[in-house]
Amino acid sequence: MNNLLLRYINLMVVTITILIIISFSLGYLFPGDTLTNISGIVPQSEEQRIALEAAFKLDRSIFVQFWYYLDNLVSGDWGVSFSSQVSLIDEISIAFPATLELITYALLISIFIGIPIGFIGGIWHHKPFDFGAVTFSVVSYSFPVFWLALIFITIFCLQLGYLPLSGRVNFLYDIPHNSGFILWDILVADSPNKKDAFADALRHLILPTASIALVTTAIFIRFTRRSIMDEMQKGYIDAAKSRGFTTKQIFFKHGLRNSLLPIIPLMALQISTLMTNAMVVETIFSWPGIGNWLIQAIYQRDYPAIRIGMLVVSIFVVTFTISIEFISRAFDPARDKFERGTV
Amino acid sequence: MNLKNQSSTIKSIILLSFSLILMSACSKQKTQITQAGITFCSEGSPASFNPQLDTSSTTADASSHQVYDRLLEFNTENGEIEPGLASSWLVSNDSLTYTFQLRKGVSFHDTSYFTPTRNFNADDVVFSIDRWRVNSHPYHDISGGSYPYFQSLGLKSTIKNVDRINGYRVEISLYKPDSSFLANLATDFSVILSAEYAINLLEKGSPSNLDVLPIGTGPYKFVSYRKDQFIRYQRHHDYFLNTTGPENLVFDITPKSSLRVAKLITGECDAVAFPSQNDLEIIREREDLTLLEKPGLNVGFWAFNTSKPPFDNPKVRRALALAIDKTSLLETVYLGQATRAKSLVPSASWAHQSNMQDIGYNPVIARKLLDEAGISSGFTMNIWAMPVQRAYNPNAMKMAQLMSTYLAEVGVTVNIVSYDWTRFRENLTAGMHDSVLIGWSADNGDPDNFYRPLLTCAAIPSGTNRARWCNPEYDDLIESALKTEDSNARRIFYHRANQIIFREIPLVPIAHAFQYQAVNNQIEGITINPFGGIRFDDVVRKQ
Repeated sequence: MNNLLLRYINLMVVTITILIIISFSLGYLFPGDTLTNISGIVPQSEEQRIALEAAFKLDRSIFVQFWYYLDNLVSGDWGVSFSSQVSLIDEISIAFPATLELITYALLISIFIGIPIGFIGGIWHHKPFDFGAVTFSVVSYSFPVFWLALIFITIFCLQLGYLPLSGRVNFLYDIPHNSGFILWDILVADSPNKKDAFADALRHLILPTASIALVTTAIFIRFTRRSIMDEMQKGYIDAAKSRGFTTKQIFFKHGLRNSLLPIIPLMALQISTLMTNAMVVETIFSWPGIGNWLIQAIYQRDYPAIRIGMLVVSIFVVTFTISIEFISRAFDPARDKFERGTV
Repeated sequence: MNLKNQSSTIKSIILLSFSLILMSACSKQKTQITQAGITFCSEGSPASFNPQLDTSSTTADASSHQVYDRLLEFNTENGEIEPGLASSWLVSNDSLTYTFQLRKGVSFHDTSYFTPTRNFNADDVVFSIDRWRVNSHPYHDISGGSYPYFQSLGLKSTIKNVDRINGYRVEISLYKPDSSFLANLATDFSVILSAEYAINLLEKGSPSNLDVLPIGTGPYKFVSYRKDQFIRYQRHHDYFLNTTGPENLVFDITPKSSLRVAKLITGECDAVAFPSQNDLEIIREREDLTLLEKPGLNVGFWAFNTSKPPFDNPKVRRALALAIDKTSLLETVYLGQATRAKSLVPSASWAHQSNMQDIGYNPVIARKLLDEAGISSGFTMNIWAMPVQRAYNPNAMKMAQLMSTYLAEVGVTVNIVSYDWTRFRENLTAGMHDSVLIGWSADNGDPDNFYRPLLTCAAIPSGTNRARWCNPEYDDLIESALKTEDSNARRIFYHRANQIIFREIPLVPIAHAFQYQAVNNQIEGITINPFGGIRFDDVVRKQ
């Protein structure tokens, strides 16, 4: 167990170090002044330049610079955005939770819709419901997310006018930033209009969440269905049958647990797909998340923001993925290590 | 739990989520908060909240008429100057001294970041003007130290002194008479800041907050701003005028014009800035939206290079002007979104001459005049078409092509010339063109803003006189008009100048393009302000 933990920690540290090295070197590789790329500040005078260089240790050797870069990263001193001159950690701590919120709801929806449908399809496979489920999953898996989002906008926003097409909540509701999850922030906010704000935020959430949840739901349906079908064909199920257990008994005692275990980590690994899709959908629905923020940074050639934004997103995905891998390995020691990576 | 039970649970979950979606989807009706507020979708983030520092209309929209007031205001209907923070003013006989009597009981905004202890008075006026006027002023170099509007008019060298006579009286003395001075004080850029707040910030060591967290006397208090996201304002309840504006005002910053119109359709915006020409039809077709249009303070024209023969001959210029059909140009190039221009100044300005004669379309007389001037059939000239789109000329290339077919009918062959915008203007200033399609947008309602830069002799080297036309009689009229205070007398000078232009035809005025704003029908009271930023002081949402 300890050995396993060490191996995963080692994997994580090495990967993150490589990511940090890449982001550090981006400061030098991006066009323009390295000092500006790292600090986000254009020095107005020679004195200011010297002071900034000293603050960011640019006058020292590259290793010392890297060390201070790490130090700054850990202490949250990430420099300022080139275009807005606001501290990057502040901007990211507003944008990133917005993306997380979108991903969380999409994941929840996918789990609550995808797994039950997959179950039913797996148990009564090759029955009308199963065909329906498979067809639905193939079709929705094949939709490009951005296209789906645009179709949703055309139908529900522009034609029918039921739903808003941009943002998280009507700006007239002044919701103080708390956790960054808008629904939660509304609930804890001290506002007499909570109910209205909550309904408004829900209306804003429906389309972006649905656009990214659809693809993930399709994946979950297929995972679950396949896993159940495989499990129910195994020898021990036949053995149990021959002993006179009913299908119901066998399924709930063995089949369910055994088929769920291997797919839970696979589902958690969908986080990177969700993240990518969320970033695409954000730009379409003007959702103020990290994807939208990074696209704006790219448009404005805001190199400090691109550098840190890329680092934050990739560290998040890497940490999440490796942790899930570790947990699933730790709780399912039977899993052969060669099975890893089968998706 | 058995399988049947489970599937019914699934069913109920699905049903529940659908009903949730439907429930929230159908609640489109306005709630209390959205009823009491107005959302304006603006086209960009302001550079700061002080229009003194920037000439861009985005900055002016976001601050000038929301947070601040000016000493004087333009009447948005006729462009006349009206009292603002100055309740009355007096101009000395030599037109060199202006005395302003200030309004009493005007309160500054009380916000989370500043609580004023006194009302508006003369100190605030002196501070606001001296900030950009006096180089040694402690605030002059804060936030960059550049005041482009005042610099472009050379106001620093016009104003001699700004004196506080008493708490509610200010005297401004000038070096030379300038009849557009009052108009300049009424533009979006001449806002009045709070001197008390400025001193307070200086003590705290954060003077640049003056332009970031603004304090003014205007109808709205600044609440919060996030770049590329929103600006929030709250009604200033102690505003000195009785206004009917909403409790909350939000600028939803949406740079894409198609997205702004989409948000207007879904009801997320109550009004949008600058709808694009392509979306105008969509807005017109919808019954729940209104498209406001008004002739803007601009003019698109065809200028002849009068320093080059044969265009130095007024007869040739008149012939060419007679050869083109302005009406069809208005229909095809402006898609009907402009009014026909007869002189330089559009009807939004008080100096507009509505009874002005116009040059009609008459190819027969045109040919006759060309023959008289000795120009034979087959004569070749070039028309320079500007490469960029402007409200006053959305498609100069298309216009040039149309004109070339008209000119071909009178036996004139046209070459259309275009460069990239920077080189285009350089070459124009160098006078390399025969004729050019270009235009002008003014920043205030004062006619001097049109007549002086476009056609005076002094404007040839600076490059704004595209006709390179120099007429001492015209220059005298413009100078005398500037030295005259009475607007009726000034109008006579400008009308005489119009006659000279009509006689000499250094340029052919083509169109005054419309300004557009799209508004939800529930909103009343939004008008287009031809003299600058959008105003929300008298906007109401119908119940």
